[in-house]
Formats: sequence, C-alpha cells, structure tokens
Amino acid sequence: MRQSNPAISKGIDWSLVWIYLLLVSIGLTAIFAATYKEGDAVVQSFINFKTDYSKQFYFFCFSALLGFFILLTDSKFFAATANLLYAVGIVMLLLVFPFHSPIKGTESIIKLGAFNFQPAELCKIFVALALAKYLSRPETDFTKTRSQLIAAGIALLPAALTIMQSETGLALVYFSFFIVMYREGLPSIVLIIGFSIAALIVATIVIEPNTLAIILTAIAAFIIYLFRRQIKRRRDLLVTILFLWALCVGIQRFAVPMIFKNVLQKHQVERIYDLFGKDNPYLEKGEEISAEDAKKKKESGSSYNVRQSKIAIGSGGFFGKGLLNATQTRYDFVPEQRTDFIFCTVGEGFGFLGSIILLGLYLILLLRIVTIAERQRSVFSRCYAYGVASVFFFHMAINIGMTIGLAPVIGIPLPFISYGGTSLLTFTIILFILIRLDADRQMVLR
Amino acid sequence: MSVFNQSRSRIIRIIFLIAFVVIIAQLFYLQIVEGKYRQLAMDNAVFAKVVYPERGIIFDRKGKAILNNTIIYDLMVTPAEVKGIDTLEFCRLIGIDTAEFKKRILEARFKNTAVRPSVFKGLLTKELQARFEENSWKYPGFNLVERPLRTYPFNAAAHILGYIREADTKDIEKSGDFYRQGDYIGKTGLEAYYEKVLMGQRGVQYMIKDNKNRLVGHYENGAFDTASVAGRGLRTYIDVELQQLAEKLMSNKVGGIVAIDPKTGGILAMVSGPNFNPNDLTGSEGSKNYSRMVLDVTGPMLNRAIGGRYEPGSTFKPLGALVALNEGVITPSYGYPCGGRYTLCGHGKPACTHAGGGHADNVRLSIANSCNAYYAHIYRLTVDNPKYGNVKRGYLKWREYMNTFGLGVRLGLDLPNENPGFIADTSVYNKENANYWTSCTNLTLGIGQDKMLTTPLQMANAMCIVANRGYYYTPHFVEKIDGETEEDTVLMNKFRVKHDVLTHIPDTAFTAVIEGMNDVVKFGTARVAQIPNIDVCAKTGTAENYTILDGKRIKLPNNSMFVCFAPKDNPKIAIAVFVQNAGFGATWAGPISRIMIEKYLNDTLMTKSKADLERIANTNLMPAYFKRLQYKEDSIRAYNWYRDYKDSSLIKRFLKLSASVNKQKSAPPGRKMPGQHKKETMAVIMPEEKIYHKHANPAAA
Repeated sequence: MRQSNPAISKGIDWSLVWIYLLLVSIGLTAIFAATYKEGDAVVQSFINFKTDYSKQFYFFCFSALLGFFILLTDSKFFAATANLLYAVGIVMLLLVFPFHSPIKGTESIIKLGAFNFQPAELCKIFVALALAKYLSRPETDFTKTRSQLIAAGIALLPAALTIMQSETGLALVYFSFFIVMYREGLPSIVLIIGFSIAALIVATIVIEPNTLAIILTAIAAFIIYLFRRQIKRRRDLLVTILFLWALCVGIQRFAVPMIFKNVLQKHQVERIYDLFGKDNPYLEKGEEISAEDAKKKKESGSSYNVRQSKIAIGSGGFFGKGLLNATQTRYDFVPEQRTDFIFCTVGEGFGFLGSIILLGLYLILLLRIVTIAERQRSVFSRCYAYGVASVFFFHMAINIGMTIGLAPVIGIPLPFISYGGTSLLTFTIILFILIRLDADRQMVLR
Repeated sequence: MSVFNQSRSRIIRIIFLIAFVVIIAQLFYLQIVEGKYRQLAMDNAVFAKVVYPERGIIFDRKGKAILNNTIIYDLMVTPAEVKGIDTLEFCRLIGIDTAEFKKRILEARFKNTAVRPSVFKGLLTKELQARFEENSWKYPGFNLVERPLRTYPFNAAAHILGYIREADTKDIEKSGDFYRQGDYIGKTGLEAYYEKVLMGQRGVQYMIKDNKNRLVGHYENGAFDTASVAGRGLRTYIDVELQQLAEKLMSNKVGGIVAIDPKTGGILAMVSGPNFNPNDLTGSEGSKNYSRMVLDVTGPMLNRAIGGRYEPGSTFKPLGALVALNEGVITPSYGYPCGGRYTLCGHGKPACTHAGGGHADNVRLSIANSCNAYYAHIYRLTVDNPKYGNVKRGYLKWREYMNTFGLGVRLGLDLPNENPGFIADTSVYNKENANYWTSCTNLTLGIGQDKMLTTPLQMANAMCIVANRGYYYTPHFVEKIDGETEEDTVLMNKFRVKHDVLTHIPDTAFTAVIEGMNDVVKFGTARVAQIPNIDVCAKTGTAENYTILDGKRIKLPNNSMFVCFAPKDNPKIAIAVFVQNAGFGATWAGPISRIMIEKYLNDTLMTKSKADLERIANTNLMPAYFKRLQYKEDSIRAYNWYRDYKDSSLIKRFLKLSASVNKQKSAPPGRKMPGQHKKETMAVIMPEEKIYHKHANPAAA
C-alpha cells in the first residue's frame, strides 16, 4: 500500500465489524438449522462444501478475505473509480441479456463455472458509489431540478435494466437511494408525492374502484368547501384542487389497472393482491380460476409461502422451539427458507426474543451507519454511508416484512443472513468500503 | 452544504425506527398474542400414527396354536426413486407386462404422489418374495413392507375360527367410530365373538412429517406415544387332531359334526361340510377364493354344524322317551304291541321296521329296536295327558320340554350366527288346521319329523344332557382367556354355569334310556359303532328329504344321522353327526362317530377304523343336484349381469351350451328361482343373518 502507516486498524469502526460478524454467524446458524438433516456429521459437512451451510461458510471466508483487502485499499480509490465501476456495472447488467443462464423465473443470473453470479445484486455497490460521487461533485447544485433528475437517473437506470431481467424485487431496492437524495436536499414534496401515490395505489387495490372514486370526490368537495373563501379570491386554487382530483381518479381508474395489466407480470400482480388477501382481478377472459384451482393455488403459490411463514414465526412463541426443534422450517413447510424466508428459522427457533435481538442488531447497525455518515468530512463518504444504510434498511424491512405478511413477496435477501454467495459478497463489500472510508473520515474525498 | 440538511438525518433515523416498531408490533401479534399458529404448526408437522397390536392367538386343548400370526410382504414402490431399472426384467420377475407396469406406477403416483410409497403388488407369494429379495438391489424405489397375516398351521377349523376382514363403513359406524378405515375386524367365528379380546389395544406414535407427508422421525422422541397392547390368546377345548380327523371324514359331504365334552360343555370338534382350508382366505389369493366360495351353491362358507337345520328323525327318540317317562304317562317297563305300523290314528302311519316279537315291550327295547309306533304313541300319550286338559296345552308342555333340551332355541355358544332350529308353536298348527287338530295331526313329532328342525349342535348338546343325566353346560369353545380380566370373566361366566335343567327326571328313566342306547350299539342299528372295551351309547337316524328342481319335486337320498356318547358310565364325549343325502344313519354317520370316539378316547384307531377312515374320506356324497343348481345360479347371474351392464363376457359360455335347455323351460330365468331348494331341504345359515332370514327360515314366513 502506498500509505506508510502500518496500522491498518487505525480509524476502523470496530462496532460495525463486530455486528457484521454476529449477523453472519446468526445467518450460518439459521441456514444450518434450516437445512440440517438428521444424522449429518456436523463438523465434516461444515468443511466438505456439499451442504448449504458449508457453502455459506466458504462464501463468508471468501467475503471476509475480500473485506480485508478492501480495508487495505486506499480510500481515494473508491472515489476515483466510482464512475468507472458504475459503467462496468451497467455493462455487466447488459451482458446478462445475451448470456444469462436458463434458470426458471429469472433472467438475471450468469453462470460462472460452479457459481451463479447475479450482477443486479452487485450493482448496488456501484450505484451507491456513483451517486455519492455525483452528489459530492463541487459543481453539482442539488437544489436544481436538473441535478435531481440526473441523480435519480443514476439510481434508476440499473433498476430499469433489472426489471427487464424479471427481478422486480431487486429493482425496487434502487428506490431506496431516494433516502440519500432526501438527505442531500431533495425537496420533501417529492417524497410526500411519492408516498401519496403509493397510498393511492394501495387504496386502489384494497377499495372497490367506484367506491374509491366516490371517496376521492367527497374529499375534493370537502377541501373545496374548507377553502371556499380562498377560492373566491384565487381561482387557480380551485383549478389545482380539481386537477389533483382528476389526477387521483385517473391514476386509480386507469393508470393502475393499465400498469397491472400491461407492465407487471401476472405473478407479481398476484403477489401484491395476495398481500392484501385479494384475488387478482386483472385476469383476462378465460383465465378466471375455479374455486378448486384457487384452493390449489393457495397451497402452492406465494400466499402459501406467506401462510407457512407466518405459521412458522407465530408458532415460535416467546422463547422459540429451539434450534433443531423448529418443525416448520426443518421439515420444509416454508419454501425458500434458506434464502428469502430465512427469518422464519430465527422466528420459529428463537421466538420473539430471538427476533427482537436480531432486529436490535439491525437497528444498531443502521443507526450506527447514520451516525458514521454524519461524522464524515467528505460529502462523498457521507452520501455513500447513507446509500449503505438505505440499501440495508430496504432489504431488511421488505424481507422481514414479507415473512410476517407486511410486504409483498418480492424475493430479496436478508443482509448477511440469507443463503447466497453473491448477496453475502455484495453486502460485505458494501459494508467494508464504508468502514474503509470511515477510517479516513478526516480526509476530504472528491 | 452538509450543514443545511443536517436535521434530515434525524428524520431518517425516525423513519428507520418507525419501520422497526411496525415490524416488532407484527411479531408481537404473531408470536405472543395470536395463539393459533402453534396448533397450526403441530397440525402441519405431527402425524398420529396408529400402531397395530398383534392379534391374539388361539390354542387347542393341548396348547397347540391353531390360529397364529405370520408376516407376509407387500411390494411397495416410491415412483420418484425408481431410476434406471431394467423394466423388462423386472416385469418378468413379477410376472406382469410393461404396460401393466406403467399403469401401476401411474396409479401409485396418482394415489400417493411420487415421493411416498404405495403398494405396487400386495401380498406377495413366498416364491415371489424370495425371487424379489434376491434381486432387490437392482431395483431402487422398490422395497418390501411387512404385513401381519393370520395363519392356520393345521389347515383346519375354518368355520370355528372365522376370518378377519378390513372393517367396512357399517362396522365403523356400529362401533361408534372405534374402528377406523384399514382396521381389521373379526367377521365370523371365534374371531368375531372374541374380537375385543383378540384385537388387543391400538397404540399411537406421534411422528413428525415433512411438507410432502413423509414421516421423518418421532415427535419429542416419543414422549407422547402410547404403546400398543397385543391381543390375548384363547385356550380352547378343541382337539385339533380330532378336528382334522373329523374334517377328513366330512370331505366331499354335506352336513355337520359336533363333538362335546359333556362334563364341561367344551366343544372338542365341529365340522361343517363342505369345508374349506382357512388359509385359502388369507394371502395373495384370498379375495379370489372368497368370492368363489360365496358364489358356490354348496355353501362352503356356511357353518352347518350350528346353522344347518335337519329333522332329527330317530335320533330324537331318547328324548321323547325321557319326556314321557318324566311326565309319568309311561314307566320304564311300558310296552306297546307294535305290529309293524301305528294304527291308532287310522292311517297306519308311521310304519315300523320291525313287526311283533315284542320288539317294543319296554323303553329299553323300544330304543334298541327304534320302534316308530312306540314313539308316535308315547308322544300322543304325552300331549294328550289328561292333566293338561286338551292337546294344545299338552303340546305346549311338550314344546317346553323341547326348549329345555335346547331344541328350538339358541344355545348361546361362543360363535355368532347360531340358528335356533325350529319347534313349531301351536299357532302354526292352528293356522294350518283351521284351529282344530289332535295329537294325530302331528304324531310324527314323536319320531323326530313333522315341524321339528334341529342343528347338529343342539343334538350333540341333547346327548350331553342324556349322558349327564339331566344337566349340561352351554356348549363353548374357549376354556380360558390368557390374562383374564374382569370383563372377560363376565363374558365367560355364562359358559361356567351348570344348567340343572332336567335333573328332576328320575334316574330310572335315564337308566332305561341309556341302557337302550347302549343296546343300540350292542345289538341294534348302531352295531357299527362298537369299540372294544368302550361302552358306547348311540342312536341312529334316517330322514327322507326332497327338493324342488326345475319346478319338479324330486326325492333325494336320505339324510344319515347319528348321535352318541361314550363311555356309558363316565361320559367323556358326546357326538352328533349329520350327513346330508347319504343313506342310512348306520352307513356313514355311524362309522364317522366311532372313528372319532376311538381317536378321542384311545388316541389310536383300530385297523378296521383306519380302513373305514380312508373309505369314508374318499367317498363323494355331494348331492348331484348341486351341479344343476350351480349351473342355474351362474347362468342367471350371467344373464342379470348382461341385462344390467350390457356385458356379455359372462353369458357367452351359457348361450352355446344351454340352447336346448332353454327350449324346455317355459319361464325365462328370473331372480326368484334360486333359493327355493333351501327352503325345502336344508336350512343353511349365511354369514350375514339378514340374508339368512330372507332365504332360509320357513318359520319367519
């Protein structure tokens, strides 16, 4: 390394490293509990690279090694190569289209020898870096709409590519970067509008179209009544209100059905409706399913996953059933339990107490990252740190949310816990870059 | 710039916190507030597996197991695991073709999914099992699974032991859902009567199953399991060697044999002809044999020893004498001047085989010579006894005696479906004779004919009463139940009560009758039953019978009957033998009884008896009309099948053969034709009582 300072450990935030190690250990334990079969020789199968927990263990070793090298890297390297890495990431995403492997349900994976490599996963790092780079440029004036649009473009370009690879879940992660932008001065109104639209979409799903239209009209009428004095003085206020009303009804009556019918895929729409306990109303003629099929679907579809997942977590009680006594997870009632539904293993095996501890670890991690972000001198490091917090937050909230029936099943991993080489590697890199940057927090990076 | 928006870091922190609070609230609801998930997880993963106990074993009097348990194998297949096997070779091994193989695999997949084992071929024969075991390594996905099975080491006592079958919906309903689908239940015989003792107690194992319903281990290491309790054994009075001998004697004959130990009421042997090997109903060919036997008009499934109803004929005479003696209408020295026929009723019937010579000068002689006139007369004396005022009251008194002897009532032995026989009530005679009748109307009751039907068991029991000079124990098979419980004692108590029903009959009366029966063997019709050093008392009987076949009444050969007990002074065995359509009582039934007494009392057979045994066993006395009857039944069934299902596969055979037969018959084959013969000649008991009442009980009509 160029620096003569021999102490790599200088300035490193050890609390992050400890939380990282703790979470990875919990993850290994959970994967072990979910996939261990009676009579496996534990030590042997941990080493032999045949079982999932063994593989995850080696992934961890590799990730930790990489993390170590990242700590040895010069902080300036990341700021300097951010744009280049972003370009590489986009190229990788584009390469997926001709070279993706024929795995069912996704077009986002490239096979490299024995490993499945998912660029969409890795790209998060590059976006976090590139966004930080852009926001930290001295010439960027983030109060200008143009800059805001460019920043949004940087975050959403990979998202668009990822959606095209049938990985809507991973794509949604990129929306979390709006938190970074918000921190850097994105007007609140953008987020408020965003939330309002989200609320309207949810209302569209939950409430009958005509009823909702009537409710919206009533609200508009009520608002006009409230502001009748001001309206008398300012005609354009009435126009604004009427415009907003028309927009809401338009979204509710036309935009949402249009998106559900034409943009999203059938299973995604179904998952969203499953979340609210409703049947997908956008089936084409002849696709309507009989009651029997519906029952069959319930037993195999995503609502089955969520149901079994809720049973698993709910049956854990306060103290849990114990590591290997968790019947739901051990006997394969919960599908995808080593990956997306890994939280079930924790919820069933260790109960409310264990879940709280895990959540506590995550919360500490997030708050710690925010604290670290705020102590950076360089805007680049701060933006990057917020990017890391946002990505972790989104993954954690959506993943746990879907296992307990609060979020739609969109198949994104739980950071450091879920089984999967790429995701563990990605989260390790993303975290260790932060640790590296933080170690040099006195430095101003551009 | 960073300072400008620093307050937003707090908002971001608050957003994070809110998300965590929401998640924790939902976790709190799922894991602590809502209690149903624990149960749902249990329902998902825990399976209560029923453990079947071993059924109880039945032993004979010497402790030999005559009904035991064995294990047979089912060939199971788990379709998902069947990979890379040589299908052709496998099919050759099992003896099926590849199309059948595919069909069965598909069926298994359909019924039980690809990952769970289903029966590929049930109840393998020993040979097939051995062949498969040798080659099993070649066929992954196939394995053998044990199935407990009943086995009969002596190939004997089918009617006594009965059989088990899977409980049907009716059984399950009747038991108040105690039995479940797939449980075995005793359907007939001792298996049915002692079901509660033999079945034992089911156990439960709580097993963990996975998402595909495969069992993967014990729940909580079996802490909640209940062990099964094996069924208890039955110690019977049956002498299995005697039973085998009797069955051999009865082969290819229709009728029944019952041998009872008079001292205990224990049944030593009971045979019904035609018979079958009980092992035929188990194993791979079981259901095939079962349906064949059910359709057999000779009724191999019927237990004629307790369900066959026969006119006792002359074998009834000792009882008639005892009644008359006890009523005081005659004394042991009472004589009747028989001139060859009974003349006092004006029509000269019944006729007698002897004429004059003082062959009926006292009770003893009348029995020895089996004088018909004498017994018709003393029957009349009994019912016309001035003590009772008129014949109807006298008849009722006589009928009461009959019931006391165990005739016309169920004795209540430990087998289901016992037939009560038939002793007519006065109302029957009233109806038939416009309310006016005399002792002449039914005087042949005195010689065991007219409206009197008995089962072989009842006659054997009556012999016990005679041999015991007045008392009997209810005939029964089971002496002891292993590990007898209080409940069992209640069940068994009725067999341990001594019925002193006729001990009030004076000893002189018994002596006269018993000596008479002894004379029958010494000088009379039962000389064939003489055994050196054993005083046998016996009475032969012969009854005419008819059947209606193709609308014509035809006479069949006489039924051959024999009742006896031995030794005279210390009776150890009482036997009743009924052989349908065999001829005189002394020709077939007599030697059969003798051979059995020899076997039981001496445990060896005389040279003469050995020869007789072979001769009798090899004689086919199956009535010829059965063949015609079977043909008719089969053709009618084939016709009905064709009519109801338009399937001519059954009827083809008959169309070619019976063109000429059909011409003779005026009426087309109908459903009412079969069954008539049963009303006329023999009353048989079907396994199910309902059917029996419909077809075979003239009393019910």
